[in-house]
Amino acid sequence: MPRKLPALNADNRAFWQGGKSDALLMHYCHSCTRFFHPPGPVCPNCASFDVNPRRVSGRGKVASFTINHQPWVPELNEPFVIAIVELEEQAGLRFVTNIEDLAVEDVFIGMPVRVRFRQEDDVWLPLFIKE
Amino acid sequence: MLDRVYEKDVAITGIGQSEIARPSQLSGMRLTVDACLEAIADAGLKRSDIDGIACWPGDNNNGNSFSPVGPNALQNALGLQVNWFGGGYEGPGPLAGIINGAMAIASGLCRNVLVFRTITESTARQSNKEASALSNKTQGRDSSFAWQWYTPFNVLSASNLIAMYAQRHFHDYGTTPEQLAQIALNARRNAQVNPKAIYRTPMTMDDYMQSRMISSPLRMFDCDVHCDASTAIVLSRKDVARDAPNPPIRIEAIGSALNQPWSWDQISLTEGAAFDAGKMMWSRTDLKPSDVGAAQLYDGFSILTMIWLEALNLCPKGESGSFVEGGHRIARDGPLPINTNGGQLSGGRTHGLGYVHEACLQLWGKAGDRQIAEHQVAVTAAGGGPLGGSLLLVKD
Ligand SMILES: [Zn+2]
Repeated sequence: MPRKLPALNADNRAFWQGGKSDALLMHYCHSCTRFFHPPGPVCPNCASFDVNPRRVSGRGKVASFTINHQPWVPELNEPFVIAIVELEEQAGLRFVTNIEDLAVEDVFIGMPVRVRFRQEDDVWLPLFIKE
Repeated sequence: MLDRVYEKDVAITGIGQSEIARPSQLSGMRLTVDACLEAIADAGLKRSDIDGIACWPGDNNNGNSFSPVGPNALQNALGLQVNWFGGGYEGPGPLAGIINGAMAIASGLCRNVLVFRTITESTARQSNKEASALSNKTQGRDSSFAWQWYTPFNVLSASNLIAMYAQRHFHDYGTTPEQLAQIALNARRNAQVNPKAIYRTPMTMDDYMQSRMISSPLRMFDCDVHCDASTAIVLSRKDVARDAPNPPIRIEAIGSALNQPWSWDQISLTEGAAFDAGKMMWSRTDLKPSDVGAAQLYDGFSILTMIWLEALNLCPKGESGSFVEGGHRIARDGPLPINTNGGQLSGGRTHGLGYVHEACLQLWGKAGDRQIAEHQVAVTAAGGGPLGGSLLLVKD
């Protein structure tokens, strides 16, 4: 089953295509010097329009995870790990992803991870592996 | 306290519910009409007395099985003449219809608002087992505000996101699978004495622990059971409600706040919107959590009931695990009975209004074999993640 891919637009394109240059790009507000996610045209913290995508290290920790066992659709290749990864740049800066290249039972909260992109069509999915 | 708490002008005067079936042979509209006409009659009213309609989430203009009937269709089908009507998904979760309807009454637009919720997911799954996968909410690329951040990572069910809340709760507070199981076991005990419940056979701790893992740590018995059903509630202005056959159940306080980002992964993983709703609700009343005689708390997934127990201050934050340990406190004869009809875990996913229906039955002493001790105050709450709303109900 091919993955469902996001519809790209001016706000989210950097996040989904940064991997083309091997860069994880998170939206950053120059006015209050904070990252925010999901990306948008205005900073939700201070309402400044002085925002743009900014490269981050791609390193973080698992904030939580689940091992999906349920075959919601055919050829899902379960079990697999879904996680919320919190990036090292800022507390609370996090997003949902998959952790790959490890036995599913080895994942834990607090596990250090780093990004690894997988291209599907014109989207570079930011997946993570154990650091 | 606030100057004016609008919901105190509003009372529940009637309730109704269709059959709960898996699947039903009836159409979604027929289920809806059955529930609504029962609720109108229960309130001692006629169709012509209904001057408002509210529904969450409405039919989203596409009539899908998650909500096949909205206010437009019902207005047409029942020939209602209304001053105000509204539906839609955006709002504080499955109780949003009640909250919106109460506002319509308090603002003077309506005297009697019909609130309903219909769901036909069992019928939909007869022809398409993947009907409810999140990836099927959009055609082609995912353009939805929320789901586009999850479906590319094969998050195909809300259970995946809520499982991560449970995992974090286990990690932060030491909550155990055996504690989580109590929510499911309590629901099944209660369903056994509810003739309308979907699953009525006894469930043991062993049954729970052996049930298959869906999305760790959530097992099959942590996930609610889909069904076809409709539930309806009639809200009336308090002075109108005084003439009603049922003792009016006042809406003492509403919780509908969201002070965090509307997002499944940016919001607090162990609090969700529930804590915002709970804090708001208690700020609008002089009553205290210790006044609550029964709680009907969302159990679309068992962990959400635990989060609501904490969010509504029915137990301290992080201590819902020890609170439900052994199941005695939350049983029908315990100090805080919860989900007395079997909830959605065993009763069926009526999705929101089922909790209000049950709270009223219990307050009115009409719950039959599952009736609990007489009480005046009940709380209902529904939603998970960024969806959360709660109602404090009082029978004077
Ligand atoms: Zn800013």
